[in-house]
Amino acid sequence: MGDRLSDIWVYLAASPLLGLTVTLLAYQAAHWVYLRANMSPFANPVALSIALLVAILWFTDTPYATYFDGAQFVHFLLGPATVALAVPLYANLARLKRELLPIIGALVAGALTAAVSAMAIGWLAGASRATVISLAPKSVTTPIAMGLAEKLGGLPSLTAVFVVLTGIIGAVLARSVLDVLRVDDDAVRGIAIGVAAHGIGTARAFQVSATMGAFAGLAMGLSGVVTTLLLPLVVRVAQP
Amino acid sequence: MLGSITVLLLYQTIGEILVLVLGVPIPGPVVGMALLFVTLLVRGEAPAPLRETAERLLSHLSLLFVPAGVGVMLHFERLGAEWPAIVLALVASTVLTLGVSALVMQALRRRSGSGARDG
Repeated sequence: MGDRLSDIWVYLAASPLLGLTVTLLAYQAAHWVYLRANMSPFANPVALSIALLVAILWFTDTPYATYFDGAQFVHFLLGPATVALAVPLYANLARLKRELLPIIGALVAGALTAAVSAMAIGWLAGASRATVISLAPKSVTTPIAMGLAEKLGGLPSLTAVFVVLTGIIGAVLARSVLDVLRVDDDAVRGIAIGVAAHGIGTARAFQVSATMGAFAGLAMGLSGVVTTLLLPLVVRVAQP
Repeated sequence: MLGSITVLLLYQTIGEILVLVLGVPIPGPVVGMALLFVTLLVRGEAPAPLRETAERLLSHLSLLFVPAGVGVMLHFERLGAEWPAIVLALVASTVLTLGVSALVMQALRRRSGSGARDG
């Protein structure tokens, strides 16, 4: 019986099916906890699923590469999801036109702040060069950030971790920070969350209000473009 | 559904090809997004199936970050050695970014708002 079980385990552990299934199960478990916690930003479902999955992989002694063989099917969808951002962007065309200047201003200021402050603080606090460059694109959505890290000489997989951590931090802290600054307009709050915390922040914003979500999605898409254009210049000037 | 997923993949593919051919430092999916946006502008509307597919895909956006996030286990050593700098950089920079973008937008909005009333 034990042999049969370990045979089954050996078979499953080597197939992409397990990595994919366990990712979806962990996310749904985390989402259930999030709902039970009244969608408190502190019960962030991304953070919970990652913690759960890392624990599972660690206990079963499964290498990340084996897990990723299955999980890559989920990861792959980030590409088409990025393309799909054109749709909410287009749906908000009227707002975008009406508030073009404030939005562009916020995007450029926010994208520069994100990259420059992350690199400067990391460097001052003694992080290594590879870490500092990998920190630079942390506020944009994963496929864009990983692409940028690769082109700038950072570590794409480390950047991916920073991106996810940034998203979680932004989703958790956004409400408090914006309340302290007395920013109460949903559109402005949405833009700030989208610039600072990309898709994870946007997912959170959509749960608060549709307007906030739409503006966050708008900001996430556009800040990806703005960061792509500005970051190579910033890194060249900074030369960490 | 099938048609609109094909559209998204097609635009991503065109984006990736353009990036390779032109050698620009822009990720392929961003170029794909820009091209799709221009297409929608030219068409003057987003077809309903595309809207539905995009909405579904984006409603599970946070799930899509999980596999990359689990990659944290590859970097335990680096994170263990550099965690104070990394935590400080991520938290402070995220708070600053939230604040700066919100305040800049609010300020520009007030200015352009009063400009519109004057005009």
